Amino acid sequence: MTVGTLDATEIRTRRTKAAKSRELAWGNPVIYFIALLFVGVMISPVLYIVIGGFRTNSQITVDPAGWPHPWVAQNYIDVLKNGIFWRSFANSTIAALATTVGVVALGLMVSFVLARYSFRGRGALYTLFAAGLMFPMTVAITPLFILIRTFHLMNNLLGVILPGIAFALPVTVIILVPFLRAIPYEIQEAAEIDGCGRMGFFFRMVLPLSVPGVITVGILAFIGSWNGYLLPLYILNNQKSQTLPLTVQTFASGPYSADTAKILAFTSLAMLPALAFFSLFERRIVGGLTGAVKG
Amino acid sequence: MTDSTRENAPVVVTSPVNLSTDGGSASALPPSGLARRRRRRGGAGLAGRLEIAALSAPAVIIFVTFVILPVFMAAYYGFYRWKGYGKPTDFIGLHNYVVIFQDPLFHGALMHNLEIVVLSLVFQGPIAVIFALLLNRKMRGQSIIRVLIFVPYVISEAVAGIGWSLLLAGNGAFDALMRDLHLNVLDRDWLANPHLALWTLMIILTWKYIGYATILFLAGLQGIPEELNEAAAIDGASYWQVQRRITLPLLGPTLRIWAFLSIIGALQLFDIVYIIWGQYVASTAGVSTMATYMNQNGRISGNFGYGSAVAVVMFIISLIIALTYQRFVLRRDTEGALTGGGRTR
Repeated sequence: MTVGTLDATEIRTRRTKAAKSRELAWGNPVIYFIALLFVGVMISPVLYIVIGGFRTNSQITVDPAGWPHPWVAQNYIDVLKNGIFWRSFANSTIAALATTVGVVALGLMVSFVLARYSFRGRGALYTLFAAGLMFPMTVAITPLFILIRTFHLMNNLLGVILPGIAFALPVTVIILVPFLRAIPYEIQEAAEIDGCGRMGFFFRMVLPLSVPGVITVGILAFIGSWNGYLLPLYILNNQKSQTLPLTVQTFASGPYSADTAKILAFTSLAMLPALAFFSLFERRIVGGLTGAVKG
Repeated sequence: MTDSTRENAPVVVTSPVNLSTDGGSASALPPSGLARRRRRRGGAGLAGRLEIAALSAPAVIIFVTFVILPVFMAAYYGFYRWKGYGKPTDFIGLHNYVVIFQDPLFHGALMHNLEIVVLSLVFQGPIAVIFALLLNRKMRGQSIIRVLIFVPYVISEAVAGIGWSLLLAGNGAFDALMRDLHLNVLDRDWLANPHLALWTLMIILTWKYIGYATILFLAGLQGIPEELNEAAAIDGASYWQVQRRITLPLLGPTLRIWAFLSIIGALQLFDIVYIIWGQYVASTAGVSTMATYMNQNGRISGNFGYGSAVAVVMFIISLIIALTYQRFVLRRDTEGALTGGGRTR
């Protein structure tokens, strides 16, 4: 091999050089500086929203890029006392939770069938769901609106929840099928010997074993629904039924459009739950997304 | 590629990235034995069939109703002049499509979409690769950095759009900051100037989605065995040689999948544009996309037949681009990944 042409000392120096360069990377200030710069650019717009909410409108007018001086919590307090904020907060929560539960339940069931049963048409069934990735909501939204209106679900959270479940199913199936398939057949055999039918196996073994996959899928569905904009825009037309993204936008462009400070406070409170949720489950989300994409 | 590879291609959630195209087969059970066992067990009797039907019916019904059916409805309504009330009766054949293809506003929107597709790849790809390489070194605080760069991706388009439109508004915080820093060149009409708007949009999109690309590439990089780098270093390869000759080629599959998702996303772009430029999009903001055109000329103006036709055109354009990409670029990496995962053996 190539190594054979080098004498031992040279190999040793090169090896230490390689090791040393790794040690250098550990403490190289340039790397940290660039990383810091990158992170700064990424989160400064978010900080602008959060910190801007602590200023008054006159502060913002005098110096748009200034620091709060003094810090005022009044905007945040006003928003937290605002009934519209809480109603859309509740709407978003209901819609997101219902979508998540629906996606997980339906997704688990159909993924179990796809992963553990062998029957004619299984390939076609999988393809049906996988092909769903090619049908983005943007394309379907106009007829979807007609459909929801036909079902008399306009201005009804169900009108957002049901399509939300449907559009989250492809990713769910693609993540869960390999997950369920990976459960060893020995476990199923053992369960059968102990007198457990296939449905018993589903409830007693598959459900507990698939918790990690379910969490990933559930978080993706929750955040997707929480942040959803296009579907509520078409379906939820009256104030009472609107979810946070819509309310935020109405707030920013409606009667409060001149009240920049309050818009900033409203906006930052609206993004807080998604951020909190994300930081709690960060590892799962990142793992899930990269996993899903590898498909 | 072997059959077992296809079966395993879809996803490995626990170890997200399998790098070599046949890496997945390593974890696969020997297909023959498994298949035999599965056939015996799954050979569905009546009870089995009932189980299959009961378990899959709810998902299938809801999926077909709300995802598949609307696309066919769009194809149907696209042939009618229809205001959305009652049954469509005014059949006009391909008239809607003729109007779409003759409308300069649609041409503009399509051009913007294509520009966004290309610029997204050109902007986000290299920057994300560089940052992923950077963050892939052993360094303190790597996990907190990862969380922070992912934040823009997690917050909603509505929040991001409103934040940016206030930040970049005429006499907004950004312009003021640039004046304070004496960078007057950068004190511009970022949103309202139609020549600048597309570039502003690209900056915002890059900000919103680059964290995702970086995390994806980082996952890809961390799947590359350390031994390869060490071996190359021992053979005297410099850091850049290692990246160019070893890391980037091995990152290929991840890069190609990311590009695919980016292209599809860019063709469907709606939320950010509509939230920031909403009231101008129809006229001359210079950032209209096919989706905002569809929204403007379909729902807002009440022409549901026409809007449906636009949706069909969008779908066909996306489909052609996606299939072409699959056929020529992705084939090696994901053969059967989207379609083969559930095949009966």
